[in-house]
Amino acid sequence: MSATTVVRLELAQSAEAAISIRGLCKSFGGLPLYHNLDLEIPKHRITTIFGPNGCGKSTIINMVAGLLPMDAGEVLFAGKTLRQTVIGYVFQNYREALFPWKQAIENIKYPLKLAGRSREECNRRAEELIASFDIKFDLRRYPYELSGGQQQLVSIMRALAPNPEVLFLDEPFSALDYEMTLFMRDKLQEIFQATRTTTILVSHDLEEAVYLADQVLLLTRRPTRIAEIVPFGAPRPRHPETLTSDEFVRVKARCLEVFQREVRK
Amino acid sequence: MLNGRLGAITPTLGAIGFLALWWLISALKWIDPILLPSPVDSFRAAWDGFVGGGLTKDFMITVRRTLSAFAIAVAISVPLGIVLGSSQRVYSSVEFVIDFFRSTPASAMFPLFLVILGVGEATKIAVAAFGASLLILFNTAYGVMNARKTRQAAARVMGASSGRVMLDVTLLESLPQTFVGMRTGVSFALVIVIVAEMFIGSTDGLGQRVVNAQMIFNMPEMYATIFAAGVLGYGLNLLFILIERKFVHWGGK
Repeated sequence: MSATTVVRLELAQSAEAAISIRGLCKSFGGLPLYHNLDLEIPKHRITTIFGPNGCGKSTIINMVAGLLPMDAGEVLFAGKTLRQTVIGYVFQNYREALFPWKQAIENIKYPLKLAGRSREECNRRAEELIASFDIKFDLRRYPYELSGGQQQLVSIMRALAPNPEVLFLDEPFSALDYEMTLFMRDKLQEIFQATRTTTILVSHDLEEAVYLADQVLLLTRRPTRIAEIVPFGAPRPRHPETLTSDEFVRVKARCLEVFQREVRK
Repeated sequence: MLNGRLGAITPTLGAIGFLALWWLISALKWIDPILLPSPVDSFRAAWDGFVGGGLTKDFMITVRRTLSAFAIAVAISVPLGIVLGSSQRVYSSVEFVIDFFRSTPASAMFPLFLVILGVGEATKIAVAAFGASLLILFNTAYGVMNARKTRQAAARVMGASSGRVMLDVTLLESLPQTFVGMRTGVSFALVIVIVAEMFIGSTDGLGQRVVNAQMIFNMPEMYATIFAAGVLGYGLNLLFILIERKFVHWGGK
């Protein structure tokens, strides 16, 4: 059995989907973006979303996360509605997503406070996160006193604080320099391996989309459909060497082929 | 070394130059000394005025009027601005009225307020409060309207209700702009109070003191009072900048 088949089997076995999307429709200014989209996102996997510019990569996760209304359709999280589900969301623009009036540590505790957790619980969970992220900088500083990478780390910690069932990341590293991006990818992987949180990551960088993914969701041009779901089964933790492995090169080539086919259409 | 020393006095060079020029003009009598007394005479008048000549009393009266007008304006406009700003539609419907009255010189409203409130303390404070409140109102409303959508979305996705989003995010987001409104509002209130003290049957305050000094041709006294009004305006502005830095430490970052 090839590694790909193993992953396919595993995906089939974790039959219960973390997210089921049924009949999702969305138009902008009369032009349909999504029409009757059905999609299942598997539990405890990293699904990355990649597609042509303007195909609605971010739009779809925004609708699933409840930030943008759908025209029609239904989204269930393991059978529950969004309201009954704890989710985490990491924005591309960390500068505009963190609260500059709160210290970094208070930003991280904010979702816990919203959930009505006690001060002790908030502190305990914050300590846990600091330990698992191996944070070395001072979290009592304000977001604007931190570097871009540090701010995005704080954003991710904030999103993970309430132990979400699903973590959404919308191009989380695209505003960071390459060195920081590599560091953050590995950090995200590490955290994923420790928590197995179902993760959906939108990326405009195919290398990143494949490197992090258990499966890459490739989208078509608008009106947008799923072009193909390409699994990637390289063992974790993945390293920069993974980028040169045969399987990575093959999967990336396959994704690129589908992408180019869709762009040329 | 020299650079360092020069650097320290750079901010005061303009003031020193101004005083030197004033002194030169009055010493050489380029302008009739009755119209332009020397800086020394003027500062002596200010000193005498503050120590026992009633300048302190008039100064405090103007401060009290300005701050009363400002307090009324804040109490009305900040909550109202938040309400108007939180709905784009509501704000659009009143935008013209706000812009119109904001553009109307508040001093043109004196006669109207005189008719309604009479020649007293109330009129001066009311006109100043009127002008300041429009400035604070539209700044607060703009602050609320232009709150970063991403931050509101971030709070929403973490499960915050609309009330919590308003309280935890939108209000704080609007603070820098609200402070801009308050700072311009307090300066504006001072302008209106001084004008009101000059013209509408006033017996005290800095405005009335300037006019009185001018009528009896007591020029040092007049300059001293103008100087006191300047100190007041500058001081209020500085005070608000300091408060702003303390409370809105993230502003502009």
